[in-house]
Amino acid sequence: MSKENNTMVQTNRPIAIKATSVKKRYRLGQIGGGTLTGDLQSWWARVRGKEDPNTKIGTDQRLVGQTFMALNGIDLTVYQGEALGIIGGNGAGKSTFLKLLSRVTAPTEGEIDINGRITSMLEVGTGFHGEMTGRENVYLNGAILGMTKAEIDAKMEEIIEFSEVREFIDTPVKRYSSGMYVKLAFSVAAHLDSEIMIMDEVLAVGDMAFQRKCLERMRRAAKDEGRTVLYVSHNMNTIRQLCDRCIVLDKGKIIFSGGVEEAIELYMGKAIDCPKRVDLAKAARPHHKCKDGIKLTAAEIVNADEWRIKVGDKLRYNITVKATKDMENVCFKTRVMTADENSVSLFLAPNLITCKAGEEIEIPLEADTSQLVPGKYLLTPALYDINEFGEMMFFDHVHASIGLEVETKLGFCSNMKWDQRWWGNIKLPDIVDLRK
Amino acid sequence: MASEIKKQTYHTHITSKHRMLDLNLKEVWRYRDLILLFTKRTFVLTYKQTVLGPAWIFLNPFITSLIYTFVFGGIAGIATDGVPQILFYLCSNAIWLLFSTSVTNNAHAFTANANVFGKVYFPRLTIPISNMLSSIIQFGIQMILVLAFLAFYLFKGEVHPNWSAWALIPFALLHIGVMGLGFGIIISSLTTKYRDLAILVTFGVQLWMYITPIVYPLSAMGGGIMEMIMMFNPVTAPVELLRYAILGQGVVRLDYYLISIAVTLVVAVLGVMLFNKVEKTFMDTV
Repeated sequence: MSKENNTMVQTNRPIAIKATSVKKRYRLGQIGGGTLTGDLQSWWARVRGKEDPNTKIGTDQRLVGQTFMALNGIDLTVYQGEALGIIGGNGAGKSTFLKLLSRVTAPTEGEIDINGRITSMLEVGTGFHGEMTGRENVYLNGAILGMTKAEIDAKMEEIIEFSEVREFIDTPVKRYSSGMYVKLAFSVAAHLDSEIMIMDEVLAVGDMAFQRKCLERMRRAAKDEGRTVLYVSHNMNTIRQLCDRCIVLDKGKIIFSGGVEEAIELYMGKAIDCPKRVDLAKAARPHHKCKDGIKLTAAEIVNADEWRIKVGDKLRYNITVKATKDMENVCFKTRVMTADENSVSLFLAPNLITCKAGEEIEIPLEADTSQLVPGKYLLTPALYDINEFGEMMFFDHVHASIGLEVETKLGFCSNMKWDQRWWGNIKLPDIVDLRK
Repeated sequence: MASEIKKQTYHTHITSKHRMLDLNLKEVWRYRDLILLFTKRTFVLTYKQTVLGPAWIFLNPFITSLIYTFVFGGIAGIATDGVPQILFYLCSNAIWLLFSTSVTNNAHAFTANANVFGKVYFPRLTIPISNMLSSIIQFGIQMILVLAFLAFYLFKGEVHPNWSAWALIPFALLHIGVMGLGFGIIISSLTTKYRDLAILVTFGVQLWMYITPIVYPLSAMGGGIMEMIMMFNPVTAPVELLRYAILGQGVVRLDYYLISIAVTLVVAVLGVMLFNKVEKTFMDTV
C-alpha cells in the first residue's frame, strides 16, 4: 500500500472545480398545481391575498417563505487528482450538489467553474434499455456520457473485459441479473477519458470482488492518472478506502472539510459526547429482546473526568446494576465499535454478578484498553448468561450508549499519524527482536 | 504541460444566469454520434419482439390508406384530381406521419426522458433532433411503398409526376421536419410544468390533419376564401409541394411557401430558445 500519506492537500496543484457561494432553492409542496388550472387557482388566491390552496408548508428551519434551500452557500475548491469524499445525512444536499456539478440542473445563485470534462455517475446504466443488447447499450450509454462512436469502438474490448459479462454481451440486458447490469454499466463509465469523475453510491450492487475492483479503478484514476474523483456514499468504509479528503454537508452547508477520519467521526459521532457518568436506566434499548431480572442503570469512569483517556491507558469504571430477581453468575460484556459502528472488539467479564432481588450494586471494573488506537469509539454494555446450548441470553443490552475518546500522546507509534483506514483500530504490541 | 492545454480546452462555467441565445450548437455537433444512436434506438426498439418487425412500417400506413380510400374516396366521394386514390392517400399519409410524429414525439421529449435527463448531462437538443431524423427516415421507408405503387400506375399511365420538382423533395422534408420539431419542443417545454398540453397535443394534431389538405386535395376547396385559410396553415405549402412533385398534383405558390418558411423559422427559433431555457432547470419541475 502506498496510499497512506496522502491525506494532506497540496494547495499548489491546479484547480479542478471551484464553487463560489452556490445556492439551490426548491419550491416546497407541489411544483405549481401540475396543471394550468392549479396554477391559476394559486394565482387567484395570491391576488386576493388568501392562502394558496396548492402549497404545503413544512417546518424545516431552512424554509424561506415557501421555498427550501437545498444548498445554502457552498464554497469549495477541489484540486486536480484529489479523491474527495462527500458525506452527510439524507437531505444534506449531497445529491443536489452533484447534480449541479454534472449540469443536470442549474444553481439558483452562485457560480461553479470546472476545468476538465465531467463524467457523472449519479446512477449506473443511465439510458440503458432492457430491450437492447449489452453491446448496443454500451454504445448508447457511452455516447450519452460523451464518448464518440470511434472512442467506444477503441475501448469496447477493455470495457467487456472489465465488466466480466463477456458471454452475455449480445443478450438483451433485461435478461441480465442486477449485478451483471451494474457491472456493465460501471465499466462503460470507468473507461471514459474524462478528467473529473462524480459518483453517487453507484457501487451499491455488484459482488464484493467487483466492488473492490471498482474502488481500485477509481483510486488508480485519482492517484496514477491524476484524475479528480468526487464520491458520495453512506458507506464509510468505501469512503475510507477511496478518498483522501472529505467534506461533511449538513443542511445545505459544508460544516467540515479535511481528513477522512475526522469527517467520519464528525458525521457519525455528532451525538458522541463523553460525560463522566452515563445514566443507562432510561437509555433506549431498541435492538434486543431481553429477559427480565437485572438491568444496567449507570456507568461512570473513575480514572478520568470524562470518558476520555490517553492511548495506552487502562480504563477504570464503575457499573451500577439493579436486580428485580435473585441473580447468580450474570456475565457482563462491553462491545467496542468505531464511530460509524463497525465492531472493533469485545471485553468480557464472565460470572461477574450475583445479587438478591431489589438490590442495586455498584461494581468497580478495569478494562485493558491499551491497544485501542486514538479515535472516538462507542461502547455497548450488556448483561447476559449462557444457556444450555452455549448461546448468549441477554438480560440487558444498551446499544452504543457510552462514548469513549482515546487521545493520542507524544511518542505513540513513533509519532506517526495512525491511519485507521489501512491499519485498523487495534495496535498490537511491537514485534520482539529475539536476539535481545 | 499537456494537462495545462487540456484544462484550457474543457472549461465549463456554470452560473445561475441564463442567456437566451446560448445555443451551443458546437456541443450538439460533438454529440452527433449520440443523435445517430438515439435515432437507431427508436427503430430498433419499436420492432423488437414483434413477429412482423419492420414490416409494420409499411403495414400501418397501408391499412390507414386503404381505410381513407374507402371512407373519403368511396363513401364521401372526394375526388383526388385524377390521381389514383390509393396512391394519393399513401403519399399524403406518409407526409402527414412525418409531421405528426415529429410533433408528438418531441412533445414528450422532456417527460419521456426525465429519468435520463435527471442523471446525466448531454446537450438536450440531441433528443428532438434525433426524433426529427427518425420521422424523416420513417418517411423514407414508407416512400418505398409509395414508389412501388407509383411505378405501377406510371406503367398504366395514370399518373404524371413533375420530375423536375423532385430536387425540391429533400428541402420540403427538412422543412416539415423542422416545423414539427419546432412545434414539438415548444409544447414539450411547456409540458414540463403544465401536463394539460401533453393530453391536448395528440388530439390537436389529429384535428390539425383535417385542416390540412391530407385526406383531400387543396383543389377540393374550390379556390376562394377556404383555400386561402388553408394556405395560411404552414403545413399546407410543403405538403402541396411534395404531392406536386411526386404525384403531379398540387397548388404551389411562392408567396404562400415563403410565409410557411417564415412561420417555420419563427417556430423553430422560438422553440429552441424556449427549450434551451427550460432544459437548465426542468428537472426541478418535471
